[in-house]
Amino acid sequence: MAQKTIAGIAVEVSSEGYLENPAQWTKEIALEIAGEIGIDLTDKHFEVLEFLRKEHAAGTQLTIRKVGKSGIVDIKGLYTLFPGGPLKYSAKIAGIPKPVSCV
Amino acid sequence: MIMGTRYLPDFLTFRLSDNFKHMKKLLILGGGTAGTMMANKLHHVLDKEDWNITIVDKHKTHIYQPGLLFIPFGIYTRGDVEKPKANFFPPRVNAIFSEIDMIKPEENKVLLAGGRVLQYDYLIVATGTDIRPDQTPGLSDSLWYKQIFDFYTLEGALALRQHLKTWEGGNLVVSITELPYKCPVAPLEFAFLADAYFSEMGMRDKVKITYVTPMSGAFTKPVATKMLNELLQEKNIEVVTDFYIEKVDNEKRCLVSYDEIEIPFDLLTIVPMNMGDEVIARSGLGDDMNYINTNKETLQSVKHDNIFVIGDAANLPTSKAGSVAHFASDVLMENLMHAIEGRPLTAKFDGHANCYIETGYGKGALIDFNYETEPLPGTYPLPGIGPFGLLRNTRINHYGKIIFRWIYWHILLKGKELPVESEMTMAGKRRISL
Repeated sequence: MAQKTIAGIAVEVSSEGYLENPAQWTKEIALEIAGEIGIDLTDKHFEVLEFLRKEHAAGTQLTIRKVGKSGIVDIKGLYTLFPGGPLKYSAKIAGIPKPVSCV
Repeated sequence: MIMGTRYLPDFLTFRLSDNFKHMKKLLILGGGTAGTMMANKLHHVLDKEDWNITIVDKHKTHIYQPGLLFIPFGIYTRGDVEKPKANFFPPRVNAIFSEIDMIKPEENKVLLAGGRVLQYDYLIVATGTDIRPDQTPGLSDSLWYKQIFDFYTLEGALALRQHLKTWEGGNLVVSITELPYKCPVAPLEFAFLADAYFSEMGMRDKVKITYVTPMSGAFTKPVATKMLNELLQEKNIEVVTDFYIEKVDNEKRCLVSYDEIEIPFDLLTIVPMNMGDEVIARSGLGDDMNYINTNKETLQSVKHDNIFVIGDAANLPTSKAGSVAHFASDVLMENLMHAIEGRPLTAKFDGHANCYIETGYGKGALIDFNYETEPLPGTYPLPGIGPFGLLRNTRINHYGKIIFRWIYWHILLKGKELPVESEMTMAGKRRISL
Protein backbone atom coordinates (compact mmCIF):
# COMPACT_ATOMS: atom_id res chain seq x y z
CA MET A 1 0.00 0.00 0.00
CA ALA A 2 1.23 3.48 -0.78
CA GLN A 3 0.11 7.07 -0.53
CA LYS A 4 -0.49 8.96 -3.71
CA THR A 5 -1.88 12.37 -4.46
CA ILE A 6 -4.47 12.24 -7.20
CA ALA A 7 -6.35 15.38 -8.24
CA GLY A 8 -4.95 17.10 -5.18
CA ILE A 9 -6.26 14.46 -2.76
CA ALA A 10 -3.97 12.13 -0.78
CA VAL A 11 -5.28 8.58 -1.22
CA GLU A 12 -4.12 5.07 -0.37
CA VAL A 13 -3.41 2.99 -3.45
CA SER A 14 -2.34 -0.63 -4.07
CA SER A 15 0.96 -1.48 -5.75
CA GLU A 16 -0.92 -1.46 -9.05
CA GLY A 17 -2.49 1.95 -8.39
CA TYR A 18 -6.02 0.88 -7.41
CA LEU A 19 -7.69 2.90 -4.66
CA GLU A 20 -7.70 1.01 -1.36
CA ASN A 21 -10.69 2.91 -0.04
CA PRO A 22 -13.53 3.48 -2.54
CA ALA A 23 -14.95 6.18 -0.24
CA GLN A 24 -11.99 8.43 -1.12
CA TRP A 25 -13.05 8.47 -4.77
CA THR A 26 -14.21 11.65 -6.47
CA LYS A 27 -15.06 12.47 -10.06
CA GLU A 28 -11.87 14.50 -10.27
CA ILE A 29 -9.86 11.45 -9.23
CA ALA A 30 -11.65 9.45 -11.94
CA LEU A 31 -10.79 12.06 -14.55
CA GLU A 32 -7.14 12.10 -13.53
CA ILE A 33 -6.69 8.28 -13.48
CA ALA A 34 -8.51 8.07 -16.83
CA GLY A 35 -6.22 10.74 -18.21
CA GLU A 36 -3.15 8.75 -17.15
CA ILE A 37 -4.54 5.70 -18.99
CA GLY A 38 -5.48 7.84 -21.98
CA ILE A 39 -9.26 7.72 -21.77
CA ASP A 40 -11.53 10.79 -22.03
CA LEU A 41 -14.49 10.17 -19.75
CA THR A 42 -18.01 10.76 -21.07
CA ASP A 43 -21.39 10.46 -19.34
CA LYS A 44 -21.58 6.85 -20.55
CA HIS A 45 -18.26 6.10 -18.85
CA PHE A 46 -19.59 7.56 -15.61
CA GLU A 47 -22.73 5.41 -15.85
CA VAL A 48 -20.47 2.34 -15.98
CA LEU A 49 -18.33 3.65 -13.12
CA GLU A 50 -21.39 4.23 -10.93
CA PHE A 51 -22.61 0.71 -11.72
CA LEU A 52 -19.26 -0.78 -10.76
CA ARG A 53 -19.11 1.19 -7.51
CA LYS A 54 -22.66 0.20 -6.60
CA GLU A 55 -22.04 -3.49 -7.32
CA HIS A 56 -18.73 -3.45 -5.48
CA ALA A 57 -20.38 -1.87 -2.43
CA ALA A 58 -23.00 -4.65 -2.54
CA GLY A 59 -20.22 -7.24 -2.40
CA THR A 60 -20.65 -8.47 -5.97
CA GLN A 61 -17.71 -10.14 -7.67
CA LEU A 62 -17.35 -8.19 -10.86
CA THR A 63 -16.80 -9.76 -14.24
CA ILE A 64 -16.99 -8.35 -17.74
CA ARG A 65 -20.03 -10.55 -18.27
CA LYS A 66 -21.80 -8.90 -15.36
CA VAL A 67 -21.12 -5.43 -16.72
CA GLY A 68 -22.31 -6.66 -20.12
CA LYS A 69 -25.63 -7.57 -18.53
CA SER A 70 -25.98 -4.26 -16.68
CA GLY A 71 -28.24 -2.74 -19.30
CA ILE A 72 -25.83 0.21 -19.55
CA VAL A 73 -23.46 -1.23 -22.09
CA ASP A 74 -22.78 -4.61 -23.71
CA ILE A 75 -19.34 -6.25 -23.62
CA LYS A 76 -18.35 -4.87 -27.01
CA GLY A 77 -19.45 -1.42 -25.89
CA LEU A 78 -17.41 -1.79 -22.70
CA TYR A 79 -14.34 -2.51 -24.84
CA THR A 80 -15.02 0.60 -26.87
CA LEU A 81 -15.25 2.70 -23.69
CA PHE A 82 -12.18 1.19 -22.00
CA PRO A 83 -9.97 -0.24 -24.75
CA GLY A 84 -7.25 -2.74 -23.89
CA GLY A 85 -8.51 -3.84 -20.50
CA PRO A 86 -12.12 -2.95 -19.92
CA LEU A 87 -12.56 -4.33 -16.44
CA LYS A 88 -9.15 -3.51 -15.02
CA TYR A 89 -9.25 0.06 -16.35
CA SER A 90 -12.89 0.72 -15.46
CA ALA A 91 -12.33 -0.64 -11.93
CA LYS A 92 -9.22 1.50 -11.52
CA ILE A 93 -11.04 4.64 -12.66
CA ALA A 94 -14.08 3.74 -10.51
CA GLY A 95 -11.86 3.70 -7.43
CA ILE A 96 -12.56 0.08 -6.50
CA PRO A 97 -10.07 -2.80 -6.02
CA LYS A 98 -8.86 -4.80 -9.00
CA PRO A 99 -11.44 -7.54 -9.60
CA VAL A 100 -9.93 -10.91 -8.72
CA SER A 101 -12.57 -13.33 -9.94
CA CYS A 102 -10.76 -16.58 -9.52
CA VAL A 103 -7.73 -17.18 -7.36
CA MET B 1 -27.84 -51.94 13.21
CA ILE B 2 -29.85 -50.22 10.53
CA MET B 3 -28.82 -51.17 7.03
CA GLY B 4 -28.30 -48.44 4.48
CA THR B 5 -31.56 -48.24 2.58
CA ARG B 6 -29.96 -47.72 -0.77
CA TYR B 7 -29.81 -51.44 -1.40
CA LEU B 8 -33.48 -51.95 -0.71
CA PRO B 9 -36.32 -51.95 -3.22
CA ASP B 10 -38.40 -48.78 -3.37
CA PHE B 11 -41.45 -50.05 -1.46
CA LEU B 12 -39.24 -50.98 1.49
CA THR B 13 -37.45 -47.64 1.33
CA PHE B 14 -40.75 -45.82 1.74
CA ARG B 15 -41.83 -48.04 4.62
CA LEU B 16 -38.55 -47.45 6.38
CA SER B 17 -38.93 -43.72 5.81
CA ASP B 18 -42.41 -43.85 7.36
CA ASN B 19 -41.01 -45.56 10.41
CA PHE B 20 -38.39 -42.90 10.81
CA LYS B 21 -40.55 -39.84 10.31
CA HIS B 22 -39.39 -38.46 13.63
CA MET B 23 -35.82 -38.42 12.37
CA LYS B 24 -34.24 -35.16 11.30
CA LYS B 25 -33.12 -34.95 7.72
CA LEU B 26 -29.82 -33.78 6.33
CA LEU B 27 -29.84 -33.58 2.56
CA ILE B 28 -26.71 -33.21 0.44
CA LEU B 29 -27.13 -32.23 -3.20
CA GLY B 30 -24.16 -33.38 -5.24
CA GLY B 31 -21.96 -36.41 -4.64
CA GLY B 32 -18.72 -35.07 -6.09
CA THR B 33 -15.60 -34.26 -4.09
CA ALA B 34 -17.27 -31.82 -1.68
CA GLY B 35 -20.56 -33.67 -1.19
CA THR B 36 -18.88 -37.03 -0.66
CA MET B 37 -16.46 -35.60 1.90
CA MET B 38 -19.35 -34.01 3.80
CA ALA B 39 -21.36 -37.26 3.83
CA ASN B 40 -18.36 -39.07 5.27
CA LYS B 41 -17.59 -36.44 7.87
CA LEU B 42 -21.18 -35.93 9.00
CA HIS B 43 -21.96 -39.60 9.30
CA HIS B 44 -19.53 -39.65 12.25
CA VAL B 45 -21.07 -36.72 14.06
CA LEU B 46 -24.79 -36.99 13.34
CA ASP B 47 -26.37 -39.65 15.53
CA LYS B 48 -27.80 -42.57 13.56
CA GLU B 49 -30.89 -42.69 15.73
CA ASP B 50 -31.72 -39.03 15.16
CA TRP B 51 -30.49 -38.18 11.70
CA ASN B 52 -31.27 -39.43 8.26
CA ILE B 53 -28.57 -38.47 5.74
CA THR B 54 -29.41 -38.49 2.04
CA ILE B 55 -27.16 -37.61 -0.88
CA VAL B 56 -28.41 -36.98 -4.41
CA ASP B 57 -26.36 -36.97 -7.61
CA LYS B 58 -27.25 -37.38 -11.27
CA HIS B 59 -24.10 -39.39 -12.10
CA LYS B 60 -23.15 -42.79 -10.74
CA THR B 61 -19.46 -42.45 -11.58
CA HIS B 62 -16.98 -40.39 -9.60
CA ILE B 63 -14.30 -38.81 -11.77
CA TYR B 64 -10.92 -37.97 -10.24
CA GLN B 65 -10.79 -34.58 -11.90
CA PRO B 66 -7.10 -33.73 -11.34
CA GLY B 67 -6.32 -36.86 -13.41
CA LEU B 68 -8.13 -35.63 -16.54
CA LEU B 69 -5.15 -33.41 -17.33
CA PHE B 70 -2.93 -36.47 -17.82
CA ILE B 71 -5.26 -38.36 -20.18
CA PRO B 72 -4.55 -36.40 -23.39
CA PHE B 73 -0.84 -37.20 -23.02
CA GLY B 74 -1.38 -40.90 -22.41
CA ILE B 75 -0.08 -40.71 -18.82
CA TYR B 76 -3.41 -41.79 -17.29
CA THR B 77 -6.16 -43.84 -18.87
CA ARG B 78 -9.88 -43.87 -18.21
CA GLY B 79 -9.48 -46.60 -15.59
CA ASP B 80 -7.20 -44.35 -13.52
CA VAL B 81 -9.83 -41.69 -12.98
CA GLU B 82 -13.18 -43.49 -12.66
CA LYS B 83 -14.79 -45.27 -9.71
CA PRO B 84 -18.42 -45.84 -8.68
CA LYS B 85 -19.66 -43.00 -6.45
CA ALA B 86 -21.53 -45.42 -4.22
CA ASN B 87 -18.20 -46.94 -3.10
CA PHE B 88 -17.42 -43.75 -1.23
CA PHE B 89 -20.67 -43.16 0.64
CA PRO B 90 -21.02 -44.56 4.17
CA PRO B 91 -23.52 -47.46 4.32
CA ARG B 92 -26.05 -45.52 6.42
CA VAL B 93 -26.33 -42.75 3.83
CA ASN B 94 -29.21 -43.01 1.37
CA ALA B 95 -27.81 -42.44 -2.08
CA ILE B 96 -30.29 -41.38 -4.75
CA PHE B 97 -29.11 -41.14 -8.34
CA SER B 98 -31.46 -38.71 -10.00
CA GLU B 99 -31.64 -35.34 -11.70
CA ILE B 100 -32.76 -32.58 -9.36
CA ASP B 101 -35.68 -30.54 -10.58
CA MET B 102 -35.81 -27.73 -8.04
CA ILE B 103 -34.87 -26.58 -4.56
CA LYS B 104 -37.74 -24.94 -2.68
CA PRO B 105 -36.01 -23.26 0.26
CA GLU B 106 -39.18 -21.66 1.63
CA GLU B 107 -40.72 -25.12 2.01
CA ASN B 108 -37.50 -26.92 3.01
CA LYS B 109 -37.85 -29.38 0.20
CA VAL B 110 -36.18 -30.56 -2.97
CA LEU B 111 -38.06 -31.88 -5.97
CA LEU B 112 -36.36 -34.60 -7.97
CA ALA B 113 -36.97 -35.28 -11.63
CA GLY B 114 -39.86 -37.71 -11.82
CA GLY B 115 -41.73 -36.02 -9.00
CA ARG B 116 -40.17 -37.46 -5.87
CA VAL B 117 -40.02 -34.94 -3.01
CA LEU B 118 -37.29 -34.81 -0.36
CA GLN B 119 -37.84 -32.80 2.81
CA TYR B 120 -34.88 -31.49 4.76
CA ASP B 121 -34.04 -29.83 8.03
CA TYR B 122 -30.62 -28.84 6.76
CA LEU B 123 -29.44 -28.72 3.17
CA ILE B 124 -25.86 -28.80 1.90
CA VAL B 125 -25.52 -27.71 -1.70
CA ALA B 126 -22.48 -29.20 -3.42
CA THR B 127 -23.67 -29.20 -7.01
CA GLY B 128 -20.36 -27.92 -8.36
CA THR B 129 -19.64 -26.18 -11.60
CA ASP B 130 -19.55 -27.40 -15.17
CA ILE B 131 -18.21 -26.31 -18.52
CA ARG B 132 -20.64 -24.52 -20.82
CA PRO B 133 -19.28 -24.43 -24.38
CA ASP B 134 -22.79 -23.44 -25.51
CA GLN B 135 -22.22 -19.97 -23.98
CA THR B 136 -19.61 -18.97 -26.58
CA PRO B 137 -20.80 -18.60 -30.17
CA GLY B 138 -19.10 -21.06 -32.51
CA LEU B 139 -17.40 -23.07 -29.79
CA SER B 140 -19.48 -26.24 -29.76
CA ASP B 141 -19.92 -26.09 -33.52
CA SER B 142 -18.42 -28.06 -36.44
CA LEU B 143 -14.86 -28.16 -35.02
CA TRP B 144 -15.90 -29.32 -31.53
CA TYR B 145 -14.07 -32.54 -30.69
CA LYS B 146 -12.44 -32.43 -34.13
CA GLN B 147 -10.01 -29.56 -33.72
CA ILE B 148 -11.39 -27.98 -30.54
CA PHE B 149 -11.32 -29.90 -27.27
CA ASP B 150 -11.85 -29.40 -23.59
CA PHE B 151 -9.95 -31.40 -20.99
CA TYR B 152 -12.38 -30.82 -18.13
CA THR B 153 -14.61 -33.74 -19.04
CA LEU B 154 -13.70 -37.38 -19.53
CA GLU B 155 -15.18 -37.27 -23.04
CA GLY B 156 -13.10 -34.23 -23.94
CA ALA B 157 -9.87 -35.61 -22.48
CA LEU B 158 -10.33 -38.98 -24.26
CA ALA B 159 -11.21 -37.34 -27.59
CA LEU B 160 -8.13 -35.14 -27.32
CA ARG B 161 -5.99 -38.21 -26.55
CA GLN B 162 -7.16 -39.80 -29.81
CA HIS B 163 -6.53 -36.60 -31.74
CA LEU B 164 -3.00 -36.12 -30.38
CA LYS B 165 -2.00 -39.65 -31.42
CA THR B 166 -1.99 -38.64 -35.08
CA TRP B 167 -1.63 -34.85 -34.91
CA GLU B 168 1.26 -33.66 -37.02
CA GLY B 169 1.78 -30.28 -35.40
CA GLY B 170 0.87 -26.65 -36.07
CA ASN B 171 -0.60 -23.90 -33.89
CA LEU B 172 -1.69 -25.24 -30.52
CA VAL B 173 -3.71 -22.64 -28.66
CA VAL B 174 -4.52 -23.19 -24.98
CA SER B 175 -7.15 -20.74 -23.89
CA ILE B 176 -9.45 -19.68 -21.08
CA THR B 177 -12.87 -18.24 -21.87
CA GLU B 178 -14.02 -16.57 -18.68
CA LEU B 179 -13.33 -16.22 -14.98
CA PRO B 180 -13.93 -17.88 -12.62
CA TYR B 181 -13.13 -21.39 -13.81
CA LYS B 182 -12.37 -24.63 -12.07
CA CYS B 183 -8.75 -25.28 -11.08
CA PRO B 184 -7.10 -22.01 -12.21
CA VAL B 185 -3.72 -23.67 -12.80
CA ALA B 186 -4.99 -26.52 -15.02
CA PRO B 187 -4.63 -24.76 -18.39
CA LEU B 188 -1.09 -23.71 -17.44
CA GLU B 189 -0.28 -27.30 -16.54
CA PHE B 190 -1.76 -28.38 -19.86
CA ALA B 191 0.59 -26.00 -21.71
CA PHE B 192 3.61 -27.22 -19.72
CA LEU B 193 2.74 -30.89 -20.26
CA ALA B 194 2.12 -30.25 -23.96
CA ASP B 195 5.61 -28.73 -24.27
CA ALA B 196 7.13 -31.84 -22.63
CA TYR B 197 4.95 -34.25 -24.64
CA PHE B 198 5.82 -32.77 -28.03
CA SER B 199 9.49 -32.60 -27.08
CA GLU B 200 9.48 -36.28 -26.12
CA MET B 201 7.69 -37.08 -29.39
CA GLY B 202 10.51 -35.28 -31.22
CA MET B 203 8.13 -32.74 -32.79
CA ARG B 204 8.36 -29.69 -30.52
CA ASP B 205 9.80 -27.69 -33.43
CA LYS B 206 6.60 -28.37 -35.38
CA VAL B 207 4.31 -27.06 -32.63
CA LYS B 208 3.81 -23.43 -31.69
CA ILE B 209 2.16 -23.21 -28.27
CA THR B 210 0.21 -20.06 -27.41
CA TYR B 211 -1.42 -19.49 -24.02
CA VAL B 212 -4.41 -17.14 -24.25
CA THR B 213 -5.96 -15.71 -21.10
CA PRO B 214 -8.46 -12.99 -20.19
CA MET B 215 -6.24 -12.20 -17.18
CA SER B 216 -3.44 -9.65 -17.28
CA GLY B 217 -0.81 -12.32 -16.65
CA ALA B 218 -0.32 -16.06 -16.32
CA PHE B 219 -1.96 -15.85 -12.90
CA THR B 220 -3.87 -13.10 -11.15
CA LYS B 221 -1.43 -12.55 -8.30
CA PRO B 222 1.90 -10.83 -8.95
CA VAL B 223 4.44 -13.13 -7.24
CA ALA B 224 3.07 -16.36 -8.76
CA THR B 225 2.65 -14.63 -12.13
CA LYS B 226 6.33 -13.69 -12.18
CA MET B 227 7.45 -17.27 -11.48
CA LEU B 228 5.00 -18.76 -13.97
CA ASN B 229 5.86 -16.21 -16.67
CA GLU B 230 9.50 -17.19 -16.37
CA LEU B 231 8.57 -20.87 -16.77
CA LEU B 232 6.40 -20.13 -19.79
CA GLN B 233 9.22 -18.20 -21.39
CA GLU B 234 11.72 -20.95 -20.63
CA LYS B 235 9.43 -23.46 -22.33
CA ASN B 236 8.94 -21.23 -25.37
CA ILE B 237 5.21 -20.79 -24.77
CA GLU B 238 3.86 -17.51 -26.07
CA VAL B 239 1.41 -15.73 -23.78
CA VAL B 240 -1.45 -13.49 -24.92
CA THR B 241 -3.07 -11.65 -22.00
CA ASP B 242 -6.27 -9.60 -21.64
CA PHE B 243 -7.86 -11.62 -24.45
CA TYR B 244 -11.58 -11.93 -23.94
CA ILE B 245 -13.12 -14.44 -26.34
CA GLU B 246 -16.28 -13.27 -28.08
CA LYS B 247 -16.60 -16.15 -30.53
CA VAL B 248 -14.86 -18.94 -32.41
CA ASP B 249 -14.75 -18.58 -36.19
CA ASN B 250 -14.99 -22.18 -37.44
CA GLU B 251 -14.31 -21.33 -41.08
CA LYS B 252 -11.19 -19.28 -40.45
CA ARG B 253 -10.26 -21.51 -37.48
CA CYS B 254 -9.54 -18.66 -35.13
CA LEU B 255 -10.51 -17.20 -31.77
CA VAL B 256 -12.02 -13.73 -32.02
CA SER B 257 -11.94 -11.31 -29.09
CA TYR B 258 -14.45 -8.58 -28.26
CA ASP B 259 -11.94 -6.02 -29.51
CA GLU B 260 -11.74 -7.99 -32.78
CA ILE B 261 -8.28 -9.47 -32.49
CA GLU B 262 -7.97 -12.89 -34.14
CA ILE B 263 -5.80 -15.80 -33.01
CA PRO B 264 -5.60 -18.64 -35.53
CA PHE B 265 -5.29 -22.25 -34.38
CA ASP B 266 -4.83 -25.73 -35.80
CA LEU B 267 -5.66 -27.28 -32.47
CA LEU B 268 -7.54 -25.45 -29.73
CA THR B 269 -7.75 -26.77 -26.17
CA ILE B 270 -10.05 -24.52 -24.27
CA VAL B 271 -11.50 -24.00 -20.83
CA PRO B 272 -15.07 -23.10 -21.80
CA MET B 273 -17.11 -20.80 -19.64
CA ASN B 274 -17.87 -22.38 -16.26
CA MET B 275 -21.30 -22.14 -14.68
CA GLY B 276 -22.99 -23.63 -11.65
CA ASP B 277 -25.73 -26.22 -12.04
CA GLU B 278 -28.92 -25.16 -13.80
CA VAL B 279 -30.95 -26.34 -10.80
CA ILE B 280 -29.52 -23.36 -8.90
CA ALA B 281 -30.85 -21.01 -11.59
CA ARG B 282 -34.23 -22.81 -11.75
CA SER B 283 -34.56 -22.44 -7.99
CA GLY B 284 -33.74 -18.72 -8.07
CA LEU B 285 -30.74 -19.23 -5.78
CA GLY B 286 -27.85 -18.21 -8.00
CA ASP B 287 -26.07 -15.21 -9.41
CA ASP B 288 -25.80 -14.76 -13.17
CA MET B 289 -23.36 -17.68 -13.33
CA ASN B 290 -25.54 -19.93 -11.15
CA TYR B 291 -23.31 -19.68 -8.07
CA ILE B 292 -24.98 -19.35 -4.69
CA ASN B 293 -24.41 -16.23 -2.64
CA THR B 294 -22.52 -17.73 0.31
CA ASN B 295 -21.03 -16.20 3.43
CA LYS B 296 -17.32 -16.54 2.68
CA GLU B 297 -16.44 -17.26 6.32
CA THR B 298 -19.31 -19.35 7.67
CA LEU B 299 -20.25 -21.09 4.37
CA GLN B 300 -23.92 -20.51 5.16
CA SER B 301 -26.21 -19.37 2.38
CA VAL B 302 -26.69 -15.61 2.70
CA LYS B 303 -30.44 -15.98 2.14
CA HIS B 304 -31.32 -19.16 4.04
CA ASP B 305 -30.08 -20.13 7.50
CA ASN B 306 -30.56 -23.88 7.03
CA ILE B 307 -28.68 -24.05 3.73
CA PHE B 308 -24.90 -24.39 3.57
CA VAL B 309 -22.82 -24.37 0.42
CA ILE B 310 -19.50 -26.06 -0.23
CA GLY B 311 -17.13 -26.40 -3.16
CA ASP B 312 -17.54 -24.93 -6.61
CA ALA B 313 -21.28 -24.22 -6.18
CA ALA B 314 -20.50 -21.29 -3.85
CA ASN B 315 -19.58 -17.79 -5.03
CA LEU B 316 -16.55 -17.63 -2.69
CA PRO B 317 -13.73 -15.33 -3.84
CA THR B 318 -11.18 -18.14 -3.92
CA SER B 319 -10.23 -20.89 -6.35
CA LYS B 320 -12.76 -23.40 -7.54
CA ALA B 321 -10.73 -26.45 -6.59
CA GLY B 322 -10.95 -29.68 -4.63
CA SER B 323 -8.40 -28.45 -2.10
CA VAL B 324 -10.64 -25.50 -1.26
CA ALA B 325 -13.61 -27.84 -0.73
CA HIS B 326 -11.40 -30.02 1.44
CA PHE B 327 -10.23 -27.14 3.64
CA ALA B 328 -13.78 -25.78 3.81
CA SER B 329 -15.25 -29.12 4.87
CA ASP B 330 -14.06 -28.93 8.50
CA VAL B 331 -15.38 -25.37 8.84
CA LEU B 332 -18.72 -26.37 7.35
CA MET B 333 -19.03 -29.38 9.64
CA GLU B 334 -18.34 -27.27 12.71
CA ASN B 335 -20.74 -24.50 11.71
CA LEU B 336 -23.47 -26.95 10.75
CA MET B 337 -23.22 -28.57 14.18
CA HIS B 338 -23.40 -25.12 15.79
CA ALA B 339 -26.47 -24.27 13.71
CA ILE B 340 -28.16 -27.53 14.72
CA GLU B 341 -27.44 -26.80 18.37
CA GLY B 342 -28.67 -23.20 18.04
CA ARG B 343 -25.25 -21.70 18.72
CA PRO B 344 -23.55 -18.90 16.76
CA LEU B 345 -21.46 -19.95 13.76
CA THR B 346 -17.94 -19.32 14.98
CA ALA B 347 -15.78 -21.34 12.57
CA LYS B 348 -14.35 -19.15 9.84
CA PHE B 349 -13.10 -20.28 6.45
CA ASP B 350 -10.04 -18.36 5.26
CA GLY B 351 -10.30 -19.29 1.55
CA HIS B 352 -7.33 -21.65 1.82
CA ALA B 353 -6.29 -23.24 -1.50
CA ASN B 354 -3.34 -25.48 -2.27
CA CYS B 355 -2.50 -26.48 -5.83
CA TYR B 356 0.19 -28.58 -7.39
CA ILE B 357 1.24 -27.32 -10.79
CA GLU B 358 2.64 -29.99 -13.09
CA THR B 359 5.36 -28.41 -15.18
CA GLY B 360 6.48 -31.41 -17.25
CA TYR B 361 9.63 -33.56 -17.24
CA GLY B 362 8.77 -35.08 -13.85
CA LYS B 363 8.72 -31.75 -12.06
CA GLY B 364 6.09 -29.63 -10.42
CA ALA B 365 5.50 -26.43 -8.49
CA LEU B 366 3.20 -25.81 -5.55
CA ILE B 367 1.16 -22.80 -4.49
CA ASP B 368 -0.59 -22.27 -1.17
CA PHE B 369 -2.75 -19.22 -0.50
CA ASN B 370 -6.02 -17.86 0.89
CA TYR B 371 -8.41 -14.89 0.64
CA GLU B 372 -5.78 -12.50 1.99
CA THR B 373 -2.35 -13.98 1.24
CA GLU B 374 -1.20 -14.45 -2.34
CA PRO B 375 0.93 -17.49 -3.30
CA LEU B 376 4.41 -16.88 -1.85
CA PRO B 377 7.75 -18.69 -2.19
CA GLY B 378 9.26 -20.78 0.59
CA THR B 379 8.44 -24.27 1.78
CA TYR B 380 5.22 -26.08 2.60
CA PRO B 381 5.50 -28.35 5.61
CA LEU B 382 3.93 -31.81 5.35
CA PRO B 383 4.85 -34.30 8.06
CA GLY B 384 6.28 -37.53 6.66
CA ILE B 385 6.53 -36.49 3.00
CA GLY B 386 7.42 -32.80 2.67
CA PRO B 387 8.54 -30.16 2.89
CA PHE B 388 7.48 -29.19 -0.62
CA GLY B 389 8.97 -26.19 -2.38
CA LEU B 390 6.53 -23.33 -2.84
CA LEU B 391 6.71 -21.57 -6.21
CA ARG B 392 9.73 -23.68 -7.07
CA ASN B 393 9.97 -26.27 -9.79
CA THR B 394 11.04 -29.51 -8.08
CA ARG B 395 10.73 -33.29 -8.41
CA ILE B 396 9.22 -33.73 -4.93
CA ASN B 397 6.30 -31.48 -5.91
CA HIS B 398 5.64 -33.74 -8.90
CA TYR B 399 5.70 -36.82 -6.66
CA GLY B 400 3.30 -35.01 -4.36
CA LYS B 401 0.84 -34.71 -7.24
CA ILE B 402 1.27 -38.36 -8.24
CA ILE B 403 0.81 -39.62 -4.67
CA PHE B 404 -2.19 -37.35 -4.32
CA ARG B 405 -4.38 -39.63 -6.46
CA TRP B 406 -4.05 -42.38 -3.87
CA ILE B 407 -4.63 -39.92 -1.05
CA TYR B 408 -7.73 -38.62 -2.85
CA TRP B 409 -9.44 -41.98 -3.22
CA HIS B 410 -8.41 -43.46 0.11
CA ILE B 411 -8.25 -40.59 2.57
CA LEU B 412 -9.65 -37.33 1.30
CA LEU B 413 -12.98 -38.50 -0.18
CA LYS B 414 -13.60 -40.69 2.84
CA GLY B 415 -13.36 -37.64 5.07
CA LYS B 416 -10.38 -38.99 7.00
CA GLU B 417 -7.85 -36.72 8.65
CA LEU B 418 -4.90 -35.52 6.56
CA PRO B 419 -1.83 -34.06 8.27
CA VAL B 420 -2.60 -30.59 6.90
CA GLU B 421 -4.38 -27.73 8.62
CA SER B 422 -7.57 -26.29 7.15
CA GLU B 423 -6.36 -22.81 7.90
CA MET B 424 -3.45 -21.56 5.82
CA THR B 425 -0.19 -21.20 7.73
CA MET B 426 2.58 -18.68 7.12
CA ALA B 427 5.13 -21.26 8.36
CA GLY B 428 7.80 -21.66 5.69
CA LYS B 429 6.48 -18.83 3.52
CA ARG B 430 8.62 -15.82 2.62
CA ARG B 431 7.12 -12.42 1.94
CA ILE B 432 8.97 -10.84 -0.94
CA SER B 433 8.69 -7.65 -2.90
CA LEU B 434 8.90 -7.65 -6.65
